[in-house]
Amino acid sequence: MSIVSSVAPRSGRTTELILLLGAVGIVGLAYVNLGLATTGSIPPGFAALGLGYLGVALAFHVVLRWKARYADPLLLPIVTLLNGLGLVMIHRIDIARGRDITDGVALRQLMWSALAVAIATAVLFVVRDHRILRRYTWIAGAAGFVLLLLPLMPVIGNSEFGSRIWIRLGPLSFQPGEVAKLLLAVFFAGYLVQTRDALSVAGRKILGLTLPRARDLGPILIAWLASLGVLVFERDLGSSLLFFGLFVAMLYVATERVSWIAIGLTLFVAGAYLAYLMFGHVQTRVLLWLHTFSPDALETSDQLAKGLMGMAAGGMVGTGLGRGRPDLTYLAESDFIIPSFGEELGMIGLFAILVLYVLLVERGLRTSLGTRDGFGKLLAAGLSFSLALQCFVVVGGVTRVIPLTGLTAPFLSSGGSSLLANWTLVAILLRISDHARRPLPDERQQAAVGEAATQVVKVR
Amino acid sequence: MNAPVRRLSFLVGLLFASLLVSTTLIQYVFAADLNARPDNRRTLLATYARERGEILVGQTPVARSVPTEDEFKFQREYPDGPLYSHVTGFYSFYGAVGGLEQSEDPLLSGSSDKLFYRRVSDLFTGRRAQGATIETTLDPAVQQAAEQGLGQARGAVVALDPKTGAVLAMVSHPDFNPNRLAGHDLATVDENYRKLTEEPDRPLVNRAIGGDLYPPGSVFKVVVAAAALSDGEYTEDSVLPGPAALDLPLTSATLPNHDDVPCSPTGEVTLKQAMVVSCNPAFGDLGMKIGADALREQAAKFGFGDSPSVPMRVTPSSVPAELDAPQLAQSSIGQYDVRVTPMQMAMVAAGVANRGTVMSPYLVQSVIGSDLSVIESADPTELTQAVSPRVADELTDMLVATVDEGTGTKAQIPGVRVAGKTGTAEHGEGRRAHAWFISYAPADDPQIAVAVIVEDGGVSGSETSGGSVAAPIAKQVMEARLK
Repeated sequence: MSIVSSVAPRSGRTTELILLLGAVGIVGLAYVNLGLATTGSIPPGFAALGLGYLGVALAFHVVLRWKARYADPLLLPIVTLLNGLGLVMIHRIDIARGRDITDGVALRQLMWSALAVAIATAVLFVVRDHRILRRYTWIAGAAGFVLLLLPLMPVIGNSEFGSRIWIRLGPLSFQPGEVAKLLLAVFFAGYLVQTRDALSVAGRKILGLTLPRARDLGPILIAWLASLGVLVFERDLGSSLLFFGLFVAMLYVATERVSWIAIGLTLFVAGAYLAYLMFGHVQTRVLLWLHTFSPDALETSDQLAKGLMGMAAGGMVGTGLGRGRPDLTYLAESDFIIPSFGEELGMIGLFAILVLYVLLVERGLRTSLGTRDGFGKLLAAGLSFSLALQCFVVVGGVTRVIPLTGLTAPFLSSGGSSLLANWTLVAILLRISDHARRPLPDERQQAAVGEAATQVVKVR
Repeated sequence: MNAPVRRLSFLVGLLFASLLVSTTLIQYVFAADLNARPDNRRTLLATYARERGEILVGQTPVARSVPTEDEFKFQREYPDGPLYSHVTGFYSFYGAVGGLEQSEDPLLSGSSDKLFYRRVSDLFTGRRAQGATIETTLDPAVQQAAEQGLGQARGAVVALDPKTGAVLAMVSHPDFNPNRLAGHDLATVDENYRKLTEEPDRPLVNRAIGGDLYPPGSVFKVVVAAAALSDGEYTEDSVLPGPAALDLPLTSATLPNHDDVPCSPTGEVTLKQAMVVSCNPAFGDLGMKIGADALREQAAKFGFGDSPSVPMRVTPSSVPAELDAPQLAQSSIGQYDVRVTPMQMAMVAAGVANRGTVMSPYLVQSVIGSDLSVIESADPTELTQAVSPRVADELTDMLVATVDEGTGTKAQIPGVRVAGKTGTAEHGEGRRAHAWFISYAPADDPQIAVAVIVEDGGVSGSETSGGSVAAPIAKQVMEARLK
């Protein structure tokens, strides 16, 4: 009886295209700005680089139109903007360090970005439906833990900057923790969607908290021990916090039980405190955190102090791109890229970057809310939260909210493994969001059938 | 599972809110504190990048900033490095240290509030901020003469214009080359600085206005005589005992005259004669008669106990607070614990020369902005009236006689009436005494007052030795001004 209108639901692709042009525009403007501030002229390769970057972004956009038409329209522009700003800042540090564009870190980062985008689009082609990933739950879990522990292996494991979180194969060095983050999120999602009923229902109520049965504590204890292992043997507080936090958050989402958070926090605090008591390197980190400007701390490392002074030099509005001295801080293009932005773009610029991250994470969580299947929900929530946690660990580390650790700022920092992992993460989020936002196929089919029925009877 | 995801997104909000707060604290609330940290290299580079003002002697810069190609933009140069080292101080990675570089840093660097208007206009015109130029009162000829006079000796020379208080020369030996500390290679600068601080003779200390101070020896007799004449009971003809050694009360010790001879064949001398031959027993006796309070008061009127800024801070000279009779007698010949700066003794000479009025010493004639406008100009001010003009005239009479026919004959300048007083200050057993000379000339229209000390330059117990070492230097310095 009722007339079914055939208004197509908005895919948001046009919005995405406009935002994408804006994002590339901002990056281009930043690049020109940097050139004017440092050499007084527009950088010679501007047109080629700008068009190249635009081309890569548009290619991704076209793939989305084709393969994930209903994917969230904000994710790609945000990531494009962050990645581009990172490239500009890395190039800026190259200039300050006197590195030519051909042998600079920025060019390498640009190539890694292109490769990361290629892999991310490939993921969209290969993974037609995120639920396929659930089949690989245990493989992903095993691979994730192996990658996590790989840097501890004798020959290929490599210690850099006090943390043993690198593996080195010939000329290539790689931070497997970034990829492990993805694999473990897949594993946790698959595992928890299976076991959530057992973990959430059974248990005894004490003091208003429903505590799990002792035998259900197994997984959290394993995750706890693994993360402590990372902290103690790889000396990497950041990764340790990231993995354990990711696990506890996903456990909470799966079971809806606050007691898991209480247990998780207790375990982590106890573990971290024990590690503090037992290991010198953890104590050093805490000293640097609490007494950054004490002579003892400065003797060990003045990196954090320099980063803070850089941010202070930027003040509210920043020195302007190319006008500050972010290169005075060690690792200004990777772990300390946030203070570099703080110095040159000021508090306002840094706020903008943080807001971009918040938007990215909240769009991911929104995707999780809209997804209909439990696995997708868990995976989207886990991936988004891992991004948030990583930002918190990185930015909190350089702004003295928590002890400094060696993680990269997603999309901004120089580092190939980080780019590959995070672009892939976004590709998976796009895939899930496409599924979440896509109108239910059966309704459309019914409508189509209904329409067809009013027209002609098929003769063939 | 949606409720926990919503709570999770709230937690994400909290995490990021904490980051916004920490960022605000660093970049806004505590930014000024962080920027003001002495180890903040960015602030250092920013200050280096601003063209620092010059320090001029006459029309010649003795400190200037020249553009460089390195990241610091400007290199500080000291064309006559060692000669003016204690006047300029140096500008290095340690900041502005010593001399005018330090005490006039806000003006030289351009950060002074006095330059506020100019800074604002620079902001709008886009002109690069520039520090102000400091024009000193130094007379290059006098400074040069003082430097040559001291030669390789340790010691100091201060020359003042008695009528204004303008510092004409300030030399402290040993000196140093500020160029070696102003370089842009931190390791080299560190090494040079370490060497200088480790040298036993402490070349970085400006002995003219600071350091460990010196016992004044017999030049302090001018202050004692001023106290006696001012009290009204004494004239230059008052008769004082002048034996080879003065018996001191309360102790078996005596106060011997130098060379252990009586000051006159009769064993008695007039005050004027006592000054001319620098008679220790007579001044010991005189000091005990006028009393410690009168002596301290007179010293204070010459500026003892004050710490004037020239604009470098001058260490206060002092007469001990508690003195018994023998200590008072010792103090009256400038021994015991009387401690002075050469600057203070130059002020004593200048005060007497200027008919009793001590002018505040100053080293900065004017401050000139980068647009050549005068920002500040010296305004000579009276510090104290140390003695009455009558007493000053009597003292001048005595001091002229000292140069004409007494211990200070080496300071005579043909055709000029020179007033002066020698000193030989002992400072420890078995060490050579410090040789002192304070003087001014011409006595009736003083153009320059000088204090000279040559460390370990005299022979203990021989007054003429002080005169023979320090007086010729003072003479050279005065001649440089009077030419």
